[in-house]
Amino acid sequence: MNLDALKVVLVDDDEDDRLLFKDAIEEVDINTNLLLFANGQEFMDYISLSGQPLPHLVFLDLNMPIKDGIQCLTEIRSSKNLKDLSVAIYSTSSSEQDIEKTFIKGANIYINKPNDFSKLKKAIKEVLKINWQYQTSNLNKNNFLLSI
Amino acid sequence: MKLFLKYDINVIFRKILEEQLNKLAIEYKINGLGEVEFNEPLSIDTMKELTSLLSIYGINIIQDHKSEIVQRIKDAITEMIAISSIERVYKTSAYLSEKLGYSYTYLSSIFSESTYTSIESFVILKRIDRAKSLILEDQLTLTEVAHTLGYSSVAHLSAQFKKNTGLTPTVFQRIIKKRMQELNKTN
Repeated sequence: MNLDALKVVLVDDDEDDRLLFKDAIEEVDINTNLLLFANGQEFMDYISLSGQPLPHLVFLDLNMPIKDGIQCLTEIRSSKNLKDLSVAIYSTSSSEQDIEKTFIKGANIYINKPNDFSKLKKAIKEVLKINWQYQTSNLNKNNFLLSI
Repeated sequence: MKLFLKYDINVIFRKILEEQLNKLAIEYKINGLGEVEFNEPLSIDTMKELTSLLSIYGINIIQDHKSEIVQRIKDAITEMIAISSIERVYKTSAYLSEKLGYSYTYLSSIFSESTYTSIESFVILKRIDRAKSLILEDQLTLTEVAHTLGYSSVAHLSAQFKKNTGLTPTVFQRIIKKRMQELNKTN
């Protein structure tokens, strides 16, 4: 079977976090194709262009200027073309309330940003693997929740 | 006179694919160019029919041996989880090798190299997926769900559920229910 590159998007306003994520995902032994955006509006503008291939997975930082993660998630879930995207919320908050709230708003994955590079790598790998199963197997995507 | 035409090959391809697939009267989903998904595995006859319908247009079905084996393993596991008695009688390895006619070592190496996961992890993922559906149906207690899926205890189910999703079954149920309410509110 030919495992094509997974198309992954990260939307995060912090440049250091973006670079760290990029380094981490490159070290994971899964073939990925990463696109980076600095805020929700940039990403929504890009993805709304017609004919754009949809990513397999979108990581959204929760706190961003202009358009934050939750606004972006809400727009994705209410868009006919985008509503089935896998969305991971990527945040420094580990409060249960925040976690539940993002899931209720339609996130599939909640990642509490690890402060350690190897933990970040491990979390990304886990998320990519499980997401891949949801893309390729007969699993109920409505019930896809993962909190790391 | 002459006419000059402009055309989009992707639109043509999709249209042809839809027209031919509709002839089969089977539910399908076009996942993107070059990939069609069916809810049920196609019978050999249907497969032959589709092959000949598409070949007129120069469209060929690519089906390699490995992806076919992987699909059959997944289907067998789905069946195993749905009929939980199978799992009690057989070990997964014995069940799969008997059902598919290959050694388990061979099956598990093909599976691992094509799916980013092992057969064992996939079985757990499928079992938790079924547990989620049962929990949301709200017909069974957690003890009954655990029993139906062959777990030795609720604690065992809850632990595996938490390991797989990061959430307890109770929190999971609450989140999905609230999400449905939100959806109904906005629609």
